[in-house]
Amino acid sequence: MQCPKCHAPMHTYNRNGVQIEQCSGCRGIFLDYGELESLTRLESQWTQPAPPPPAAPQAYPAAPAPAWGAPHGGHHGHYGHKRHKSFGHMLFSS
Amino acid sequence: MTADVLPALTAKARGAAHPQGGPCAHADAVLAERDDGTVVRHGDTVAKAHAPGTDPSELSSRLGVATELPEILLAPLRSTCVDLHGRLVTFWPYGTPVDPEAPEDAPWEEAAVLLARLHKVPAPPELPPMRGPAKAARAIGRLRAAGPHPAAGPILRAWAALPDWARGEAPMPDTRTLCHGDLHLGQLVRHPTRTGPWRLIDVDDLGVGVPAWDLARPAAWFACGLLPPDEWLRFLSAYQWEGGPAVPADADPWPALDVPARALTVQTAALAVAKSVAAGRPLDEVQQAVIDACERMVTVPPELAQGSTK
Repeated sequence: MQCPKCHAPMHTYNRNGVQIEQCSGCRGIFLDYGELESLTRLESQWTQPAPPPPAAPQAYPAAPAPAWGAPHGGHHGHYGHKRHKSFGHMLFSS
Repeated sequence: MTADVLPALTAKARGAAHPQGGPCAHADAVLAERDDGTVVRHGDTVAKAHAPGTDPSELSSRLGVATELPEILLAPLRSTCVDLHGRLVTFWPYGTPVDPEAPEDAPWEEAAVLLARLHKVPAPPELPPMRGPAKAARAIGRLRAAGPHPAAGPILRAWAALPDWARGEAPMPDTRTLCHGDLHLGQLVRHPTRTGPWRLIDVDDLGVGVPAWDLARPAAWFACGLLPPDEWLRFLSAYQWEGGPAVPADADPWPALDVPARALTVQTAALAVAKSVAAGRPLDEVQQAVIDACERMVTVPPELAQGSTK
């Protein structure tokens, strides 16, 4: 088979049971009918059972803080999934 | 006279909303009823009775700033205040506040931009000082009046370590920059309602002073581990992008923020203890986080802001 773009010969590879053709010249890939769906399905099967990534110790961009500030990473953990009601009140109080 | 302020104020709001009189279908709503002010709404009109003892000439010059800067501050309906049983009353259009149930939607960028613009406006010469430090001192007064409490020690020690100006006992190092004086999420409304641009409200503490004070509440919340760093950085970066003079545009803001953020942390802690004593309730973990910050402050002396002695 010849590459439709640069006309170099294409080689067949097997990726997880899906046949794909790759051009030896421009490295372009040719997929037969249904092969893209097969790859997508394989990809979702691959990622689904994977364990969730571990929570980053510091998920926020680093911000300079004063020396008297809460310890890095916050042992209080007041922010996170849900804002504390008391802090909600504090945000609006003089 | 406090007791009859509310009905009289409601009547004033109604009168301002309908100068021609006559019946109307608008409900009256009390938006705030505190020692430092009572606010009622009638239709699109809001009337505020300012704290007893408010100086009329100072309030007038603060009201004048709001009238002059409608792109930054909500403009009053009338540029003068009226007397109601010894209380000064001002009139405002109603604006939509930040939803207290959804503070995560808070307009941090808009708030920062409004503050930066305010800080860049040349202050009128007769404007009194911004009242942030005086407010912090009043909170300490309330803490002392509340009686003994285990948390009072660290709060008072952190207070004592602040420079005189931050305790309202000496003039501020900056006496020319226009400041809001009491920024928090309750000080922002959209006008016209719901879709209009955000504006700052409440001119009671507005005046000349150290502009970092206006950034110091969010800074304090962040430092206490309460405000997530990304929200703090959104606020801070928007202020810096807008060219606000309170902090350097591209360097560590904490030399400028340190003292005001300490003062507002102490103020918040003092009020938390005073309220907890008054209500007979223990401190919750958020209030405790603010008191913990006061304890840590005592071990680290305040930073000297660059140029703070000028």
